[in-house]
Amino acid sequence: MTSQRVVIAGAGLGGLRTAEALRAHGFEGEIVIFGDEAHAPYNRPPLSKEALYGEISHEKLAFRVRSTATDLTWRLNDPIAGSDLDAHTVTLASGEVVTYDALVAATGVSARRLPIPGPPATAAAGRHVIRTLDDALALRASLTQDARVVVLGAGFIGCEVAATARQLGCEVHCVAIDSHPMIRPLGVELAAELERRHKERGVIFHLGVGLTAFEGESHVTGVVLSDGTRLAADVVVEALGSRCNVEWLDGHGLDLTDGVLTDNALRAVRDGVPLDGVSAVGDIARFPNPRFDDRPWRIEHWNIPTDTGRRAATAITAYLSGTDYADVVATEWDALPSFWSDQYEIRMQSYGMPGLADADGIRLLEGELHGECVMGYHRGEDLVGVVGIGMLKIVNGYRDRVGKAEWLRARAAS
Amino acid sequence: MGLKVVVDMNVCQDHGQCVFAAPEVFELDDNGRLVVMVEEPDESMRSAVEDAADVCPVQAITIEG
Ligand SMILES: Cc1cc2nc3c(=O)[nH]c(=O)nc-3n(C[C@H](O)[C@H](O)[C@H](O)COP(=O)(O)OP(=O)(O)OC[C@H]3O[C@@H](n4cnc5c(N)ncnc54)[C@H](O)[C@@H]3O)c2cc1C
Ligand code: SF4
Repeated sequence: MTSQRVVIAGAGLGGLRTAEALRAHGFEGEIVIFGDEAHAPYNRPPLSKEALYGEISHEKLAFRVRSTATDLTWRLNDPIAGSDLDAHTVTLASGEVVTYDALVAATGVSARRLPIPGPPATAAAGRHVIRTLDDALALRASLTQDARVVVLGAGFIGCEVAATARQLGCEVHCVAIDSHPMIRPLGVELAAELERRHKERGVIFHLGVGLTAFEGESHVTGVVLSDGTRLAADVVVEALGSRCNVEWLDGHGLDLTDGVLTDNALRAVRDGVPLDGVSAVGDIARFPNPRFDDRPWRIEHWNIPTDTGRRAATAITAYLSGTDYADVVATEWDALPSFWSDQYEIRMQSYGMPGLADADGIRLLEGELHGECVMGYHRGEDLVGVVGIGMLKIVNGYRDRVGKAEWLRARAAS
Repeated sequence: MGLKVVVDMNVCQDHGQCVFAAPEVFELDDNGRLVVMVEEPDESMRSAVEDAADVCPVQAITIEG
């Protein structure tokens, strides 16, 4: 029998975990992982938190690789440019064509840039993003004492960068179109409380406004906001969300409107039908999760690459070996999104999808808002998410109560 | 050679995710600090312990053997 080959596009957390899970499930063929970064997979969350404050080194951030998965073929610095899902090939930027028996899309997301003219969108010009180790190294070098930093975007990553920059002694302005930082996932009460804590630590917010212009030519010198405010800046960080790295899958009838649409077994959906042997995992996978509802969601949380990687590997192994494939893909699987964030001494831990809550479904479950607390996020009767500020052990106790959707019970009853 | 679980306590931030993956091996004490209850678990625990190491957000867990 000729050896089978799984090609994994993307050498990040999702790519690594899928490869390890393929070996754990007994796949003995070749596993080739292509990555466009020069580095072996490493942990990204510290890049806006402790590593940005302390030391950024690949050695410290690299993921351990399971001892059962040391025979993977790593092709780093070797990006994939295109694919042919009918011929079962991918084409590298170098022009090389590689065939596969199964393909895993694990290419993650890139930081979104504002489409506003100004100095070049590069770290050298003072315009930073934070997604990769190299991004973090460049940003760290410019976060010097008293540097004037403008963070665009007040989501988790923007707020973490703002907190770290304050701790490094920078002057920090945070600009966002929303009325409070992190309001979309957390709701107004908790968001307003976290805003208060950031202000206490010296962050200056400009909320409900957008950016209209960058100032400076070869290097950014400031920004202009939609209310006319001008802010001088040495460093601008664009923390405005993400763009999925899926261009290399264009042209084959996949639904790429938001990541890669898949079925519950993480198989890419083509013209409404799951495609055997083509899977998506991690940040780009948009999959139905029966824990909440039947709508497919894309979730950029750290536990998702591992969970989706394992699920995809189960399906791929069954497909390639021809054993129990129909059963494996039909067995319903659900994922529990889990997220944490560290800002100053504030430790946040969330389970579920708090963003799904009804406007009047957010309630304090434990503790007090001004200290440590657990907030519950409800949709109808269902607890769809919990968020703890501190109280880690207590919020962990709520983990298994999250989800179990009303619609699922209704479906079971009918 | 048996299995050995080592947690770098300078790195561990008491996220407690390992506890969900391998409750027989890891526990948070009453103060919310991680305790490794079984440092040399039985071979039958290997997969659970590997899962625990995978889900640690700060990669504090190493497995020897
Ligand atoms: C600064 C920061 C802080 C974060 N903090 C948290 C947090 O506190 N909590 C939390 O839950 N989550 C956090 N996350 C999110 C978490 O890190 C991601 O969900 C996770 O990294 C996604 O893994 P992935 O494998 O899907 O994608 P990635 O880790 O992005 O890996 C994809 C890889 O594929 C490569 N690639 C892209 N295109 C190609 C191509 N054409 N060919 C070859 N390779 C390609 C990319 O360069 C990348 O190396 C954070 C992310 C960042 C950036
Ligand atoms: S998951 Fe990691 S950080 Fe959290 S308690 Fe376990 S070892 Fe410590």
